[in-house]
Amino acid sequence: MATGAQSATASRSVLSVPSVALVFLLLAAASYGALIWAPTENTMGLVQRIFYFHVSSAWSGFVSFILVFIGSVAYLRTRALKWDWLSVASAEVGVAFFTVVLVTGPIWAKPVWGIWWTWDARLTSSFLLWVLFVSYLVLRTLVDEPERRALVSAVFGIFACLDIPLVYFSIWWFRTQHPQPVIGDGGKLDPRMGWALLLCWAATLGVMTVLIRLRYRLEALRSEVDAIRMEAARSGR
Amino acid sequence: MTLARATSVILAKELRTEFRSRELLGTTIVFVLIVIVLFSFTFNPTSSESRRFGPGLLWLAFLFAGSLMLQSSFLREQTNDTLAALRLAPIDPFSILAGKMVANFLFLLLVEVILLPVFAVLYNVAVLPVLGQLLLVLALGTIGLAATGTVFSAVAAQARLRELLLPLLLLPVLAPVLIASTEATIGVLGDPPELSLVWLTFLACFDVVFLTAAWMVGEYLLEE
Repeated sequence: MATGAQSATASRSVLSVPSVALVFLLLAAASYGALIWAPTENTMGLVQRIFYFHVSSAWSGFVSFILVFIGSVAYLRTRALKWDWLSVASAEVGVAFFTVVLVTGPIWAKPVWGIWWTWDARLTSSFLLWVLFVSYLVLRTLVDEPERRALVSAVFGIFACLDIPLVYFSIWWFRTQHPQPVIGDGGKLDPRMGWALLLCWAATLGVMTVLIRLRYRLEALRSEVDAIRMEAARSGR
Repeated sequence: MTLARATSVILAKELRTEFRSRELLGTTIVFVLIVIVLFSFTFNPTSSESRRFGPGLLWLAFLFAGSLMLQSSFLREQTNDTLAALRLAPIDPFSILAGKMVANFLFLLLVEVILLPVFAVLYNVAVLPVLGQLLLVLALGTIGLAATGTVFSAVAAQARLRELLLPLLLLPVLAPVLIASTEATIGVLGDPPELSLVWLTFLACFDVVFLTAAWMVGEYLLEE
């Protein structure tokens, strides 16, 4: 097995100082843009500012789930465990981002809509998406042998990702009476709001990349420890 | 041996195994019956209410039944390690999955067809005038259920806590099927009955997507 070679690449992929500094800079700029620079929304007031992080977390969460799909397909084709590490890292980060979405959403909804939660299409599908990938992570905890775990979770990961558009379309048609999003419905939006959102997305993408790389490295090290343990058990200690 | 021939051999084997004991079908039918009775406590089962809530509860009961019934599809092979023997056969590995899929589809459809009149009588819903359309909805929904369920049965069979795991994997993925088939059934049972092409097309799309996915990953899933 090529565990040695793989772990060598893993330890070389430690985060570099400039990249982490860049992400921190982006986060600071995004916070400034979203909390101070962008004008306060007329009807919703200050609470609307949470929206910049809410939406950008959702977008970055989607990107993470696309990475799960890529990792799963690539694992089935190549059988290189590194693709499985990418899948698990991306799934965990995606679930974390969607947790942010599901927590910030109600915080915004309570003062604006007067309720914490409503079974609107967007909310329901985000919740279902979150459940789908939590199931993926649960499945991973229940299979011990690394290759087997990588295989079955790649299969489930592909099925879960294929399910995303179907979930969205079905819930969309099911709840056609849902309120349309406020953003993007006309030109009267202050351009600074759009820029703040893009800046936030860049920052969350940066955080996503850092987290996935760290988690990937952790998984690589874990796999190496497992291999050593198995070796020790085989040689009878 | 061609794929179709091998699939039919596996299908015949599955049907023979089940109809020798019929324990899986019998247990599942009783389970769905219990769910249908228990659901009557959650709303007032008058005729108009039943038309609105009945289809949803019926499909939910079918999904639960599927997530319990399909466990044994691959678990049964583990007891005597018969899956290894099947793998040794000089056939396309996908035919093992396909045979099981068709068998599970037939089992589930049989359960549904047996319980449909019971549901109709208990909840006072007239199904006879729209039987053809209803069967079409049942078939399309059940193909999706059987396709994903059989694949996930193979996935869950390799994990710990598999009895708990299969519903956990299957039910969220099947949410679109639940929505589409419930809406289509509500339309068919409505007054006047209306066959919703949008939802039928959606169900067909779901079936095609996951049958294709199963076909593409099937051989990986069965390897040792």
